[in-house]
Amino acid sequence: MSTQTAMVDVRSVHKSYGPLQVLKGVDLTVRAGEVTVVLGPSGSGKSTLLRTINHLEKVDSGSVSVDGSLVGYRRSGNKLHELREREILKQRTGIGFVFQNFHLFPHLTVLANITEAPVSALRRPKKDAEAAARALLDRVGLADKADAYPKQLSGGQQQRVAIARALALEPKLLLFDEPTSALDPELVGEVLDVIKDLAHQGTTMVVVTHEIGFAREVADTVVFMDGGRIVEQGPPGQVLDHPRHARTTSFLSKVL
Amino acid sequence: MPLVDPVSDTLDAPAPPAAAPPDAPDPAALRIVPRRRTGRRAAAAVVLALLALALVSVVRNDAFQWDVVADYFLTTAVLRGLGLTLWLTVAVMVLGFALGTLLAAMRLSDNPVLRGVSWGYVWLFRSMPILVQLLFWFNIGALYPTVLGVKTVDLLGPVAIAVIGLTLHEAAYAAEVVRGGILSVDKGQLEAAQSLGLGAWRRLRRIVLPQAMRAIVPPAGNMLIGTLKGTSIVSVIAVQDLLYSVQLVYHRTYQVIPLLLVATLWYIVVTSVLGAGQFFVERHYARGTAGAR
Ligand SMILES: Nc1ncnc2c1ncn2[C@@H]1O[C@H](COP(=O)(O)OP(=O)(O)OP(=O)(O)O)[C@@H](O)[C@H]1O
Ligand SMILES: [Mg+2]
Repeated sequence: MSTQTAMVDVRSVHKSYGPLQVLKGVDLTVRAGEVTVVLGPSGSGKSTLLRTINHLEKVDSGSVSVDGSLVGYRRSGNKLHELREREILKQRTGIGFVFQNFHLFPHLTVLANITEAPVSALRRPKKDAEAAARALLDRVGLADKADAYPKQLSGGQQQRVAIARALALEPKLLLFDEPTSALDPELVGEVLDVIKDLAHQGTTMVVVTHEIGFAREVADTVVFMDGGRIVEQGPPGQVLDHPRHARTTSFLSKVL
Repeated sequence: MPLVDPVSDTLDAPAPPAAAPPDAPDPAALRIVPRRRTGRRAAAAVVLALLALALVSVVRNDAFQWDVVADYFLTTAVLRGLGLTLWLTVAVMVLGFALGTLLAAMRLSDNPVLRGVSWGYVWLFRSMPILVQLLFWFNIGALYPTVLGVKTVDLLGPVAIAVIGLTLHEAAYAAEVVRGGILSVDKGQLEAAQSLGLGAWRRLRRIVLPQAMRAIVPPAGNMLIGTLKGTSIVSVIAVQDLLYSVQLVYHRTYQVIPLLLVATLWYIVVTSVLGAGQFFVERHYARGTAGAR
Protein backbone atom coordinates (compact mmCIF):
# COMPACT_ATOMS: atom_id res chain seq x y z
CA MET A 1 0.00 0.00 0.00
CA SER A 2 1.12 3.50 -0.77
CA THR A 3 -0.54 4.94 2.34
CA GLN A 4 2.79 4.95 4.16
CA THR A 5 3.99 7.80 2.00
CA ALA A 6 0.62 9.44 1.29
CA MET A 7 -0.01 12.42 3.53
CA VAL A 8 -3.37 13.09 1.92
CA ASP A 9 -5.48 10.40 0.34
CA VAL A 10 -8.78 11.50 -1.15
CA ARG A 11 -10.90 8.72 -2.64
CA SER A 12 -13.92 9.19 -4.89
CA VAL A 13 -15.26 12.08 -2.87
CA HIS A 14 -18.72 13.33 -3.78
CA LYS A 15 -20.33 16.46 -2.37
CA SER A 16 -23.53 18.30 -3.23
CA TYR A 17 -25.19 21.42 -1.96
CA GLY A 18 -28.84 20.59 -2.46
CA PRO A 19 -29.25 19.80 -6.14
CA LEU A 20 -25.85 21.30 -7.02
CA GLN A 21 -23.16 18.63 -7.40
CA VAL A 22 -19.90 20.33 -6.48
CA LEU A 23 -17.54 17.36 -6.24
CA LYS A 24 -18.30 14.47 -8.58
CA GLY A 25 -15.84 11.82 -7.53
CA VAL A 26 -12.44 13.27 -6.74
CA ASP A 27 -9.33 11.16 -6.20
CA LEU A 28 -6.17 12.85 -5.04
CA THR A 29 -2.98 11.69 -3.42
CA VAL A 30 -0.44 14.02 -1.90
CA ARG A 31 2.82 12.50 -0.76
CA ALA A 32 4.59 13.67 2.37
CA GLY A 33 6.95 16.55 1.75
CA GLU A 34 5.38 17.48 -1.56
CA VAL A 35 3.60 20.59 -2.76
CA THR A 36 0.39 20.18 -4.74
CA VAL A 37 -1.05 23.20 -6.50
CA VAL A 38 -4.73 23.08 -7.45
CA LEU A 39 -5.84 25.18 -10.41
CA GLY A 40 -9.25 25.58 -11.95
CA PRO A 41 -11.94 28.03 -12.93
CA SER A 42 -14.20 29.66 -10.37
CA GLY A 43 -16.86 27.31 -9.06
CA SER A 44 -14.96 24.17 -10.07
CA GLY A 45 -14.93 22.93 -6.48
CA LYS A 46 -11.36 23.76 -5.41
CA SER A 47 -12.28 25.35 -2.08
CA THR A 48 -14.80 22.64 -1.35
CA LEU A 49 -12.20 19.94 -1.96
CA LEU A 50 -9.71 21.71 0.29
CA ARG A 51 -12.32 22.13 3.02
CA THR A 52 -13.21 18.44 2.98
CA ILE A 53 -9.58 17.66 3.80
CA ASN A 54 -9.91 19.21 7.27
CA HIS A 55 -13.59 18.33 7.60
CA LEU A 56 -14.85 21.91 7.48
CA GLU A 57 -17.10 20.35 4.83
CA LYS A 58 -18.54 16.85 5.22
CA VAL A 59 -18.39 14.55 2.22
CA ASP A 60 -21.54 12.82 0.95
CA SER A 61 -19.58 9.73 -0.06
CA GLY A 62 -16.00 8.68 -0.46
CA SER A 63 -13.24 9.13 2.07
CA VAL A 64 -10.46 11.48 3.04
CA SER A 65 -7.40 10.32 4.96
CA VAL A 66 -4.61 12.43 6.32
CA ASP A 67 -1.41 10.74 7.43
CA GLY A 68 -3.07 7.35 7.31
CA SER A 69 -6.16 8.09 9.40
CA LEU A 70 -9.64 8.86 8.14
CA VAL A 71 -10.66 12.47 8.61
CA GLY A 72 -13.90 12.91 10.55
CA TYR A 73 -14.79 9.20 10.65
CA ARG A 74 -13.87 5.90 12.18
CA ARG A 75 -14.27 2.81 10.11
CA SER A 76 -15.74 -0.38 11.48
CA GLY A 77 -16.54 -3.04 8.94
CA ASN A 78 -18.34 -1.42 6.07
CA LYS A 79 -19.51 1.57 8.02
CA LEU A 80 -18.01 4.99 8.63
CA HIS A 81 -19.00 6.37 12.02
CA GLU A 82 -18.71 10.11 12.39
CA LEU A 83 -16.21 11.04 15.07
CA ARG A 84 -17.03 13.14 18.06
CA GLU A 85 -16.47 16.88 17.85
CA ARG A 86 -13.49 16.67 20.16
CA GLU A 87 -11.77 14.02 18.07
CA ILE A 88 -12.36 15.99 14.90
CA LEU A 89 -10.90 19.10 16.53
CA LYS A 90 -7.86 17.07 17.53
CA GLN A 91 -7.39 15.94 13.92
CA ARG A 92 -7.66 19.53 12.75
CA THR A 93 -4.80 20.62 14.96
CA GLY A 94 -2.58 18.55 12.70
CA ILE A 95 -3.84 20.32 9.57
CA GLY A 96 -3.17 24.02 9.11
CA PHE A 97 -5.62 26.03 7.02
CA VAL A 98 -4.91 29.44 5.52
CA PHE A 99 -7.91 31.35 4.20
CA GLN A 100 -8.22 33.75 1.31
CA ASN A 101 -9.45 36.50 3.66
CA PHE A 102 -7.01 35.65 6.49
CA HIS A 103 -9.74 35.45 9.15
CA LEU A 104 -7.44 36.71 11.87
CA PHE A 105 -9.21 37.40 15.14
CA PRO A 106 -9.56 41.21 15.05
CA HIS A 107 -9.99 41.67 18.80
CA LEU A 108 -6.75 39.84 19.65
CA THR A 109 -3.21 41.05 19.13
CA VAL A 110 -0.99 39.35 16.59
CA LEU A 111 0.71 37.43 19.38
CA ALA A 112 -2.59 36.33 20.93
CA ASN A 113 -3.85 35.25 17.50
CA ILE A 114 -0.90 32.89 17.22
CA THR A 115 -0.85 31.57 20.79
CA GLU A 116 -4.61 30.99 21.08
CA ALA A 117 -4.64 27.50 19.55
CA PRO A 118 -1.43 26.12 21.10
CA VAL A 119 -2.58 27.25 24.53
CA SER A 120 -6.20 26.13 24.34
CA ALA A 121 -6.13 23.19 21.93
CA LEU A 122 -2.69 21.74 22.72
CA ARG A 123 -2.54 22.91 26.35
CA ARG A 124 0.93 24.40 25.93
CA PRO A 125 2.08 26.68 28.75
CA LYS A 126 1.50 30.28 27.78
CA LYS A 127 5.16 31.24 28.15
CA ASP A 128 6.32 28.53 25.76
CA ALA A 129 3.57 29.34 23.28
CA GLU A 130 4.57 32.99 23.26
CA ALA A 131 8.22 32.23 22.75
CA ALA A 132 7.33 29.92 19.87
CA ALA A 133 4.99 32.56 18.43
CA ARG A 134 7.73 35.19 18.45
CA ALA A 135 10.06 32.80 16.67
CA LEU A 136 7.37 32.19 14.04
CA LEU A 137 6.80 35.92 13.62
CA ASP A 138 10.49 36.32 13.08
CA ARG A 139 10.36 33.62 10.45
CA VAL A 140 7.61 35.41 8.49
CA GLY A 141 9.44 38.74 8.90
CA LEU A 142 7.06 40.35 11.40
CA ALA A 143 9.01 40.19 14.64
CA ASP A 144 8.12 43.79 15.47
CA LYS A 145 4.36 43.33 15.03
CA ALA A 146 3.64 41.03 17.97
CA ASP A 147 1.58 43.60 19.85
CA ALA A 148 -0.22 45.11 16.87
CA TYR A 149 -3.86 44.39 16.11
CA PRO A 150 -4.63 42.79 12.72
CA LYS A 151 -6.38 45.90 11.40
CA GLN A 152 -3.15 47.85 11.84
CA LEU A 153 -1.37 45.59 9.35
CA SER A 154 -1.36 45.49 5.57
CA GLY A 155 -3.08 42.60 3.82
CA GLY A 156 0.22 40.91 3.10
CA GLN A 157 1.29 41.22 6.71
CA GLN A 158 -2.06 39.87 7.90
CA GLN A 159 -1.73 36.84 5.66
CA ARG A 160 1.78 36.20 6.96
CA VAL A 161 0.42 36.33 10.52
CA ALA A 162 -2.29 33.87 9.46
CA ILE A 163 0.41 31.54 8.16
CA ALA A 164 2.33 31.87 11.43
CA ARG A 165 -0.90 31.11 13.30
CA ALA A 166 -1.40 27.93 11.29
CA LEU A 167 2.24 26.92 11.81
CA ALA A 168 1.98 27.38 15.57
CA LEU A 169 0.24 24.01 15.84
CA GLU A 170 3.17 22.38 14.04
CA PRO A 171 0.83 20.77 11.52
CA LYS A 172 1.95 17.92 9.32
CA LEU A 173 -0.07 19.37 6.45
CA LEU A 174 -0.84 22.92 5.35
CA LEU A 175 -3.82 23.84 3.20
CA PHE A 176 -3.94 27.23 1.44
CA ASP A 177 -7.13 28.51 -0.21
CA GLU A 178 -6.13 31.28 -2.60
CA PRO A 179 -3.80 32.88 -0.04
CA THR A 180 -2.94 35.83 -2.27
CA SER A 181 -6.24 36.49 -4.05
CA ALA A 182 -7.37 39.17 -1.60
CA LEU A 183 -4.07 41.06 -1.77
CA ASP A 184 -2.98 44.10 -3.71
CA PRO A 185 -0.61 42.99 -6.47
CA GLU A 186 2.48 44.46 -4.83
CA LEU A 187 1.85 42.43 -1.67
CA VAL A 188 1.48 39.05 -3.37
CA GLY A 189 5.23 38.46 -3.55
CA GLU A 190 5.92 38.70 0.18
CA VAL A 191 3.29 36.07 0.98
CA LEU A 192 4.38 33.73 -1.82
CA ASP A 193 7.97 34.04 -0.56
CA VAL A 194 6.91 32.76 2.85
CA ILE A 195 5.07 29.84 1.26
CA LYS A 196 8.06 29.03 -0.99
CA ASP A 197 10.25 29.03 2.07
CA LEU A 198 7.99 26.48 3.72
CA ALA A 199 8.03 24.40 0.57
CA HIS A 200 11.80 24.32 0.53
CA GLN A 201 11.80 23.09 4.12
CA GLY A 202 9.75 20.10 3.07
CA THR A 203 6.33 21.09 4.44
CA THR A 204 3.53 19.11 2.84
CA MET A 205 1.12 21.56 1.26
CA VAL A 206 -1.96 21.77 -0.91
CA VAL A 207 -2.27 25.23 -2.41
CA VAL A 208 -5.26 26.51 -4.36
CA THR A 209 -4.07 29.50 -6.35
CA HIS A 210 -4.23 31.31 -9.64
CA GLU A 211 -0.51 32.15 -9.51
CA ILE A 212 0.81 30.06 -12.39
CA GLY A 213 4.37 31.27 -11.89
CA PHE A 214 4.27 30.06 -8.30
CA ALA A 215 2.89 26.69 -9.42
CA ARG A 216 5.66 26.29 -11.97
CA GLU A 217 8.36 27.17 -9.45
CA VAL A 218 7.20 25.33 -6.35
CA ALA A 219 4.72 22.59 -7.22
CA ASP A 220 5.67 18.95 -7.36
CA THR A 221 2.23 18.23 -8.75
CA VAL A 222 -0.24 20.50 -10.49
CA VAL A 223 -3.89 19.48 -10.40
CA PHE A 224 -6.41 21.00 -12.76
CA MET A 225 -10.07 20.88 -11.66
CA ASP A 226 -13.16 21.69 -13.64
CA GLY A 227 -16.83 20.98 -12.98
CA GLY A 228 -16.21 19.10 -9.76
CA ARG A 229 -13.67 16.71 -11.24
CA ILE A 230 -9.92 16.53 -11.50
CA VAL A 231 -9.38 16.83 -15.24
CA GLU A 232 -5.68 16.24 -15.24
CA GLN A 233 -2.69 16.21 -12.94
CA GLY A 234 1.03 15.80 -13.18
CA PRO A 235 4.30 17.66 -12.82
CA PRO A 236 4.07 21.37 -13.63
CA GLY A 237 6.13 21.02 -16.79
CA GLN A 238 3.57 18.59 -18.14
CA VAL A 239 0.28 20.15 -17.03
CA LEU A 240 1.25 23.76 -17.60
CA ASP A 241 3.26 23.42 -20.77
CA HIS A 242 1.80 20.35 -22.47
CA PRO A 243 -1.77 20.04 -21.19
CA ARG A 244 -3.60 17.06 -22.59
CA HIS A 245 -7.11 18.39 -22.17
CA ALA A 246 -8.74 21.15 -24.12
CA ARG A 247 -10.29 22.58 -20.95
CA THR A 248 -6.89 22.90 -19.29
CA THR A 249 -5.53 24.61 -22.39
CA SER A 250 -8.37 27.09 -22.54
CA PHE A 251 -8.14 27.82 -18.78
CA LEU A 252 -4.38 28.40 -18.96
CA SER A 253 -4.76 30.67 -21.98
CA LYS A 254 -7.08 32.86 -19.90
CA VAL A 255 -4.93 32.96 -16.79
CA LEU A 256 -1.51 33.41 -18.36
CA MET B 1 -17.70 83.02 19.98
CA PRO B 2 -15.87 86.19 18.97
CA LEU B 3 -15.68 86.79 15.26
CA VAL B 4 -11.96 87.47 15.15
CA ASP B 5 -10.22 87.60 11.85
CA PRO B 6 -7.81 84.68 12.09
CA VAL B 7 -5.98 85.69 8.94
CA SER B 8 -4.64 89.09 9.89
CA ASP B 9 -1.55 87.33 11.22
CA THR B 10 -1.12 85.36 8.07
CA LEU B 11 -0.88 88.53 6.05
CA ASP B 12 2.19 89.53 8.02
CA ALA B 13 3.72 86.14 7.32
CA PRO B 14 6.64 85.87 4.84
CA ALA B 15 5.60 87.26 1.49
CA PRO B 16 4.93 84.78 -1.34
CA PRO B 17 7.86 84.00 -3.61
CA ALA B 18 8.79 87.03 -5.65
CA ALA B 19 8.40 85.04 -8.84
CA ALA B 20 4.60 84.85 -8.44
CA PRO B 21 2.71 87.55 -10.35
CA PRO B 22 0.78 89.98 -8.07
CA ASP B 23 -2.67 88.96 -9.36
CA ALA B 24 -2.00 85.23 -8.71
CA PRO B 25 -0.85 84.96 -5.07
CA ASP B 26 0.50 81.80 -3.48
CA PRO B 27 -2.55 79.55 -2.83
CA ALA B 28 -1.23 78.82 0.64
CA ALA B 29 -1.68 82.49 1.56
CA LEU B 30 -5.35 82.65 0.50
CA ARG B 31 -7.60 83.24 3.46
CA ILE B 32 -10.71 81.22 4.19
CA VAL B 33 -13.72 83.14 5.49
CA PRO B 34 -16.33 80.93 7.15
CA ARG B 35 -19.91 81.42 5.94
CA ARG B 36 -22.08 83.41 8.33
CA ARG B 37 -24.69 81.22 9.99
CA THR B 38 -27.31 83.74 10.97
CA GLY B 39 -30.22 81.28 11.02
CA ARG B 40 -28.35 78.96 13.32
CA ARG B 41 -27.61 81.73 15.80
CA ALA B 42 -31.22 82.89 15.79
CA ALA B 43 -32.54 79.37 16.39
CA ALA B 44 -30.10 78.88 19.25
CA ALA B 45 -31.14 82.17 20.82
CA VAL B 46 -34.83 81.30 20.67
CA VAL B 47 -34.32 77.85 22.16
CA LEU B 48 -32.08 79.20 24.94
CA ALA B 49 -34.65 81.87 25.79
CA LEU B 50 -37.44 79.27 26.03
CA LEU B 51 -35.25 77.04 28.14
CA ALA B 52 -34.45 79.90 30.51
CA LEU B 53 -38.14 80.70 30.84
CA ALA B 54 -38.97 77.11 31.68
CA LEU B 55 -36.14 76.92 34.20
CA VAL B 56 -37.18 80.14 35.90
CA SER B 57 -40.78 78.95 36.17
CA VAL B 58 -39.65 75.66 37.72
CA VAL B 59 -37.35 77.31 40.23
CA ARG B 60 -39.74 80.17 41.09
CA ASN B 61 -42.87 78.03 41.38
CA ASP B 62 -43.14 77.22 45.07
CA ALA B 63 -45.52 74.36 44.35
CA PHE B 64 -42.50 72.30 43.29
CA GLN B 65 -41.42 72.56 46.94
CA TRP B 66 -37.71 72.21 46.28
CA ASP B 67 -37.04 72.45 50.00
CA VAL B 68 -39.07 69.27 50.53
CA VAL B 69 -37.14 67.61 47.71
CA ALA B 70 -33.89 68.50 49.47
CA ASP B 71 -35.22 67.22 52.80
CA TYR B 72 -36.12 63.81 51.47
CA PHE B 73 -33.40 63.33 48.85
CA LEU B 74 -30.99 61.57 51.22
CA THR B 75 -33.38 60.06 53.77
CA THR B 76 -32.85 56.44 54.74
CA ALA B 77 -36.20 55.35 53.32
CA VAL B 78 -35.39 56.82 49.90
CA LEU B 79 -31.84 55.51 49.88
CA ARG B 80 -33.06 52.07 50.85
CA GLY B 81 -35.54 52.17 47.98
CA LEU B 82 -32.76 53.28 45.65
CA GLY B 83 -30.60 50.42 46.89
CA LEU B 84 -33.32 47.90 46.13
CA THR B 85 -33.89 49.40 42.69
CA LEU B 86 -30.16 49.15 41.95
CA TRP B 87 -29.66 45.57 43.02
CA LEU B 88 -32.88 44.50 41.38
CA THR B 89 -31.63 46.09 38.15
CA VAL B 90 -28.26 44.37 38.42
CA ALA B 91 -29.80 40.99 39.30
CA VAL B 92 -32.31 41.19 36.45
CA MET B 93 -29.66 42.26 33.93
CA VAL B 94 -27.19 39.54 34.94
CA LEU B 95 -29.77 36.74 35.18
CA GLY B 96 -31.65 38.01 32.13
CA PHE B 97 -28.53 38.09 29.96
CA ALA B 98 -27.32 34.73 31.27
CA LEU B 99 -30.65 33.15 30.35
CA GLY B 100 -30.78 35.22 27.15
CA THR B 101 -27.33 34.01 26.05
CA LEU B 102 -28.40 30.43 26.69
CA LEU B 103 -31.57 31.02 24.65
CA ALA B 104 -29.54 32.60 21.84
CA ALA B 105 -27.15 29.65 21.80
CA MET B 106 -30.15 27.28 21.68
CA ARG B 107 -31.71 29.25 18.86
CA LEU B 108 -28.48 29.07 16.83
CA SER B 109 -27.82 25.39 17.52
CA ASP B 110 -28.34 22.55 15.04
CA ASN B 111 -30.82 20.86 17.36
CA PRO B 112 -34.36 21.57 16.06
CA VAL B 113 -35.94 20.96 19.47
CA LEU B 114 -33.68 23.47 21.21
CA ARG B 115 -34.25 25.95 18.37
CA GLY B 116 -38.01 25.56 18.64
CA VAL B 117 -38.11 25.90 22.42
CA SER B 118 -35.99 29.04 22.30
CA TRP B 119 -38.17 30.54 19.61
CA GLY B 120 -41.32 29.70 21.61
CA TYR B 121 -39.92 31.26 24.76
CA VAL B 122 -39.09 34.53 23.06
CA TRP B 123 -42.45 34.57 21.31
CA LEU B 124 -44.36 34.01 24.57
CA PHE B 125 -42.48 36.36 26.87
CA ARG B 126 -42.27 39.16 24.36
CA SER B 127 -46.01 38.93 23.83
CA MET B 128 -46.93 39.16 27.50
CA PRO B 129 -47.01 42.60 29.14
CA ILE B 130 -44.63 42.63 32.07
CA LEU B 131 -47.37 43.92 34.36
CA VAL B 132 -49.60 40.99 33.48
CA GLN B 133 -46.73 38.61 34.06
CA LEU B 134 -45.95 40.05 37.49
CA LEU B 135 -49.58 39.81 38.56
CA PHE B 136 -49.64 36.27 37.25
CA TRP B 137 -46.62 35.25 39.35
CA PHE B 138 -48.12 37.09 42.29
CA ASN B 139 -51.10 34.78 42.06
CA ILE B 140 -49.21 31.61 41.20
CA GLY B 141 -50.33 30.14 44.52
CA ALA B 142 -53.79 29.72 43.00
CA LEU B 143 -52.34 27.33 40.41
CA TYR B 144 -49.77 25.57 42.55
CA PRO B 145 -50.69 26.01 46.25
CA THR B 146 -47.66 24.01 47.39
CA VAL B 147 -44.28 23.25 45.84
CA LEU B 148 -42.41 20.26 47.27
CA GLY B 149 -44.52 20.45 50.41
CA VAL B 150 -43.78 24.15 51.01
CA LYS B 151 -46.49 26.75 50.62
CA THR B 152 -45.89 28.69 47.43
CA VAL B 153 -46.74 31.97 49.14
CA ASP B 154 -43.98 31.42 51.68
CA LEU B 155 -41.54 30.36 49.00
CA LEU B 156 -42.11 33.32 46.71
CA GLY B 157 -42.13 36.68 48.43
CA PRO B 158 -42.76 39.85 46.44
CA VAL B 159 -39.02 40.44 45.86
CA ALA B 160 -38.46 36.91 44.55
CA ILE B 161 -41.47 37.36 42.28
CA ALA B 162 -40.07 40.67 41.04
CA VAL B 163 -36.71 39.06 40.22
CA ILE B 164 -38.31 36.09 38.47
CA GLY B 165 -40.86 38.08 36.51
CA LEU B 166 -38.47 40.78 35.35
CA THR B 167 -35.74 38.26 34.51
CA LEU B 168 -38.00 36.10 32.36
CA HIS B 169 -39.14 39.21 30.53
CA GLU B 170 -35.62 40.58 30.17
CA ALA B 171 -34.26 37.25 28.90
CA ALA B 172 -36.61 37.27 25.91
CA TYR B 173 -35.19 40.59 24.76
CA ALA B 174 -31.62 39.74 25.75
CA ALA B 175 -31.86 36.55 23.68
CA GLU B 176 -32.61 38.58 20.57
CA VAL B 177 -29.87 41.10 21.30
CA VAL B 178 -27.27 38.37 21.88
CA ARG B 179 -28.42 36.41 18.84
CA GLY B 180 -28.12 39.52 16.68
CA GLY B 181 -24.65 40.11 18.07
CA ILE B 182 -23.51 36.57 17.36
CA LEU B 183 -24.91 36.71 13.83
CA SER B 184 -23.01 39.94 13.23
CA VAL B 185 -19.71 38.06 13.58
CA ASP B 186 -18.22 36.95 10.27
CA LYS B 187 -18.69 33.22 9.64
CA GLY B 188 -15.03 33.01 8.70
CA GLN B 189 -14.11 33.68 12.33
CA LEU B 190 -15.83 30.47 13.40
CA GLU B 191 -14.22 28.50 10.58
CA ALA B 192 -10.79 29.83 11.49
CA ALA B 193 -11.39 28.85 15.11
CA GLN B 194 -12.60 25.41 14.07
CA SER B 195 -9.66 24.82 11.79
CA LEU B 196 -7.38 25.70 14.72
CA GLY B 197 -9.03 22.97 16.78
CA LEU B 198 -10.70 25.26 19.32
CA GLY B 199 -13.59 23.63 21.17
CA ALA B 200 -17.16 24.88 20.94
CA TRP B 201 -17.15 26.60 24.32
CA ARG B 202 -13.79 28.24 23.68
CA ARG B 203 -14.95 29.42 20.25
CA LEU B 204 -17.98 31.06 21.79
CA ARG B 205 -16.23 32.57 24.81
CA ARG B 206 -12.98 33.66 23.27
CA ILE B 207 -13.70 34.33 19.60
CA VAL B 208 -17.39 34.92 18.90
CA LEU B 209 -18.77 36.67 22.00
CA PRO B 210 -16.03 39.31 22.32
CA GLN B 211 -16.68 40.32 18.73
CA ALA B 212 -20.43 40.06 19.18
CA MET B 213 -20.14 42.47 22.12
CA ARG B 214 -19.60 45.35 19.74
CA ALA B 215 -23.11 44.78 18.45
CA ILE B 216 -24.51 43.76 21.84
CA VAL B 217 -23.32 46.61 24.09
CA PRO B 218 -25.29 49.54 22.62
CA PRO B 219 -28.70 47.82 22.78
CA ALA B 220 -27.75 46.23 26.11
CA GLY B 221 -26.98 49.71 27.43
CA ASN B 222 -30.41 50.84 26.35
CA MET B 223 -31.92 47.77 28.01
CA LEU B 224 -30.03 48.47 31.23
CA ILE B 225 -31.43 51.98 31.42
CA GLY B 226 -34.85 50.69 30.45
CA THR B 227 -34.64 48.01 33.13
CA LEU B 228 -33.57 50.52 35.77
CA LYS B 229 -36.68 52.56 35.14
CA GLY B 230 -38.78 49.49 34.35
CA THR B 231 -38.18 48.04 37.81
CA SER B 232 -40.52 50.77 39.10
CA ILE B 233 -43.35 48.52 37.92
CA VAL B 234 -42.72 46.26 40.93
CA SER B 235 -44.34 48.91 43.10
CA VAL B 236 -47.65 47.32 42.05
CA ILE B 237 -46.76 44.18 44.00
CA ALA B 238 -45.59 46.24 46.99
CA VAL B 239 -41.86 45.77 46.54
CA GLN B 240 -40.17 48.71 48.20
CA ASP B 241 -38.12 50.03 45.34
CA LEU B 242 -37.30 53.70 44.80
CA LEU B 243 -40.72 54.61 43.44
CA TYR B 244 -42.68 52.66 46.05
CA SER B 245 -40.57 54.18 48.85
CA VAL B 246 -41.45 57.73 47.86
CA GLN B 247 -45.06 56.66 47.37
CA LEU B 248 -45.13 55.39 50.93
CA VAL B 249 -43.93 58.80 52.09
CA TYR B 250 -46.38 60.88 50.08
CA HIS B 251 -49.30 58.67 51.02
CA ARG B 252 -48.53 59.87 54.54
CA THR B 253 -47.57 63.52 53.87
CA TYR B 254 -49.46 64.28 50.65
CA GLN B 255 -46.35 65.97 49.21
CA VAL B 256 -46.81 64.08 45.95
CA ILE B 257 -44.94 66.33 43.52
CA PRO B 258 -41.73 66.92 45.50
CA LEU B 259 -41.43 63.22 46.32
CA LEU B 260 -41.94 62.20 42.72
CA LEU B 261 -39.19 64.71 41.96
CA VAL B 262 -36.93 62.95 44.44
CA ALA B 263 -37.44 59.67 42.61
CA THR B 264 -37.05 61.32 39.19
CA LEU B 265 -33.79 63.01 40.16
CA TRP B 266 -32.38 59.72 41.40
CA TYR B 267 -33.38 57.95 38.19
CA ILE B 268 -31.67 60.73 36.23
CA VAL B 269 -28.49 60.52 38.32
CA VAL B 270 -28.17 56.75 37.93
CA THR B 271 -29.05 56.82 34.23
CA SER B 272 -26.34 59.43 33.63
CA VAL B 273 -23.73 57.37 35.43
CA LEU B 274 -24.74 54.30 33.41
CA GLY B 275 -24.52 56.26 30.16
CA ALA B 276 -20.98 57.31 31.00
CA GLY B 277 -20.10 53.72 31.87
CA GLN B 278 -21.45 52.54 28.52
CA PHE B 279 -19.01 54.84 26.75
CA PHE B 280 -16.05 53.09 28.34
CA VAL B 281 -17.45 49.62 27.78
CA GLU B 282 -18.01 50.38 24.10
CA ARG B 283 -14.49 51.68 23.79
CA HIS B 284 -13.17 48.50 25.38
CA TYR B 285 -14.92 46.24 22.90
CA ALA B 286 -13.96 48.43 19.95
CA ARG B 287 -10.28 47.58 20.45
CA GLY B 288 -8.59 46.19 17.41
CA THR B 289 -10.96 47.93 15.02
CA ALA B 290 -9.81 50.75 12.81
CA GLY B 291 -9.91 54.17 14.41
CA ALA B 292 -10.28 52.94 17.98
CA ARG B 293 -7.62 51.95 20.44
N1 LIG C 1 -22.13 26.50 1.46
C1 LIG C 1 -22.53 26.43 0.16
N2 LIG C 1 -23.83 26.32 -0.15
C2 LIG C 1 -24.24 26.24 -1.43
N3 LIG C 1 -23.42 26.25 -2.49
C3 LIG C 1 -22.10 26.34 -2.25
C4 LIG C 1 -21.58 26.45 -0.92
N4 LIG C 1 -20.24 26.54 -1.00
C5 LIG C 1 -19.93 26.49 -2.31
N5 LIG C 1 -21.05 26.38 -3.08
C6 LIG C 1 -21.08 26.26 -4.53
O1 LIG C 1 -20.26 25.18 -4.91
C7 LIG C 1 -19.57 25.46 -6.09
C8 LIG C 1 -18.09 25.24 -5.89
O2 LIG C 1 -17.63 26.16 -4.94
P1 LIG C 1 -16.11 26.29 -4.55
O3 LIG C 1 -16.04 27.39 -3.57
O4 LIG C 1 -15.57 24.98 -4.14
O5 LIG C 1 -15.44 26.73 -5.91
P2 LIG C 1 -13.97 27.24 -6.18
O6 LIG C 1 -13.41 26.37 -7.21
O7 LIG C 1 -13.24 27.38 -4.91
O8 LIG C 1 -14.23 28.67 -6.81
P3 LIG C 1 -13.46 30.06 -6.58
O9 LIG C 1 -12.28 30.04 -7.49
O10 LIG C 1 -14.47 31.07 -7.00
O11 LIG C 1 -13.11 30.14 -5.14
C9 LIG C 1 -19.92 26.88 -6.48
O12 LIG C 1 -20.91 26.84 -7.49
C10 LIG C 1 -20.49 27.46 -5.21
O13 LIG C 1 -21.47 28.41 -5.51
MG1 LIG D 1 -12.59 29.02 -3.73
